[in-house]
Amino acid sequence: MTSTSLRRHKATGTLVVLGALLATGVGYAAVTSVAEASAPATAASATLVEEGRQLYLEGCATCHGLGAQGINDGSSYGPSLIGVGAAAVDFQVATGRMPLAAPANQAPRKPPVYTPEQIEALAAYVASLGPGPAIPTEDQYDSSDADLAEGGELFRTNCAQCHNAAGKGGALSEGRYAPTLMNATPKEIYEAMLTGPQNMPNFPDSTMPEEQKQAIIAFVEHLQSGDSPGGFALGSLGPVTEGVFIWTAGLGLLLAAAVWIGAKVR
Amino acid sequence: MSDSQGKDLATVEHGEAPLYPLPPHRPRTTDTDPRAARRAQRQVATQFALSAVLTVGFFVAYWVVPVDQTVELGPFGVWSLSNLLLGLTLGGAILLIGTGAIHWAKKLMSDEEIVDERHPLGSPEEDRAAAKEMFDTGLAESGFAERKIVRRSLIGALLLFPLPFIAFLRDMGPMPGTSLRNTIWKKGTRIVVDVSGQPLRPEDLQVGTLVSASPEGLDEIQEEEGTQNARAKASIILVRMSPDEIRSDQSPEGETWAYEGILAYSKICTHVGCPIALYQRRTHHLLCPCHQSTFDLADSGNVVFGPAARRMPQLPITVDDEGYLVAQSDFTQPVGPSFWERG
Repeated sequence: MTSTSLRRHKATGTLVVLGALLATGVGYAAVTSVAEASAPATAASATLVEEGRQLYLEGCATCHGLGAQGINDGSSYGPSLIGVGAAAVDFQVATGRMPLAAPANQAPRKPPVYTPEQIEALAAYVASLGPGPAIPTEDQYDSSDADLAEGGELFRTNCAQCHNAAGKGGALSEGRYAPTLMNATPKEIYEAMLTGPQNMPNFPDSTMPEEQKQAIIAFVEHLQSGDSPGGFALGSLGPVTEGVFIWTAGLGLLLAAAVWIGAKVR
Repeated sequence: MSDSQGKDLATVEHGEAPLYPLPPHRPRTTDTDPRAARRAQRQVATQFALSAVLTVGFFVAYWVVPVDQTVELGPFGVWSLSNLLLGLTLGGAILLIGTGAIHWAKKLMSDEEIVDERHPLGSPEEDRAAAKEMFDTGLAESGFAERKIVRRSLIGALLLFPLPFIAFLRDMGPMPGTSLRNTIWKKGTRIVVDVSGQPLRPEDLQVGTLVSASPEGLDEIQEEEGTQNARAKASIILVRMSPDEIRSDQSPEGETWAYEGILAYSKICTHVGCPIALYQRRTHHLLCPCHQSTFDLADSGNVVFGPAARRMPQLPITVDDEGYLVAQSDFTQPVGPSFWERG
């Protein structure tokens, strides 16, 4: 076949049109995929966002405002949720800290109120309000290759001041406290570092890169394993439990020994 | 007893009968029954022998049990087997020596009660008179009273002699000089993240971010000096808050010590120098875990609670030509706990 006969072939027109369509489609997809990946709402998740908005209006708007802009009018307080990102919603709602039972200085961990699907919808809605940290993927909080020793050093520099050197938590001011890390999952630890829930500061990737977060997670998992090579840890709460123990058990034993030594023998 | 009036009633003159006679002595079963005594002897010897066995057990545990071997102890968690065995054997060995000795003393050693009566503390009159006479004789024979030049030169020599020991105190120095007032921060020193050493740009910090930071080059100085003194003074924390939340900072009129809401404060508590980084991002309060001093970083680092007497020193910061956060100067006041000359 010559080139002339090819051009006049019956199917040529259709093929050209198909080819052009394909090229345009691939090219468009390539150009827009980057933008779409970071766009808050894609066409597929638009219904999810709407579902999340409905849940938000029912359960969250009382404190955070109808537009999630936050309320601080003296009688009630809820911070703005614009730009906090899906990670913050996932952390707060999946650990049961939100919704709050009553306004308080500290939102305690409790069984979650919403199902995982509802949390996903809420997160999608809040993420659609403004750019913020996304829910971390399993790769991000996978600590299997992390450096445990580095994690320990980072933990003592950045976390231990509030959460205690053994991760048991500690008191802050006016009823606030840094919670224990003993039941925190790697995903929750990652989200907490990324978003800084409640009074916790945040530790973004720009000051604490991902592999450092993984190292910290590895160290917390090590703390959670409960190894206490030094013996009875007494809850790792420091002078409180240690003091109670030595003043009761320790002094009690000494008193018993003194009574025994002094007792008259028949 | 006739002259005991007006004296401590429990005091008995030499040679007098005791005021409170002892109750009658009651023999123990080990005193009366030889079989009981032999049993007690066996019990004591068994405790000492067990102690010896435990000491040998200590060496067995020390050489045989690997240090990283752990053991599960039910509700008490996972323990190091080596630590556990070393503690039990060594502690048990000394405990059994103690209990064995007490058992020995209580059951077998003589239990005859003996009372050592309390007598007046002063020596008898004649002893005192003899001592005074001896002193007077010595004074007269040595000529200490008459020979003034000898006496005075001796007193002078004795007064001068302690002075060298005061001079030795100087070797506890040198005096700290200005080192309590200075840190290694100076104009243009880059601020780096503690542990990782990463330099920081303002955009690396979000609102609510806390960074424990130190001056660039700290590690070299630490290695050179061989101490952690430089780190102890120069450690800082960086926080970023939205600029409208900062009610005041320590920069004087016409100067800006913060950079776009980023504030740098010393990490060393002004009370007794604990390193502190308990930062509550919503209240902007910085708490010290040692004595609960609380500083308001949104308000010049002022003390809002606790025993600290001075606000947390602020480090003036800005950015250099390459956009990295740097110090504008050293701290303008001494960091850490108070000292006398500080005023």
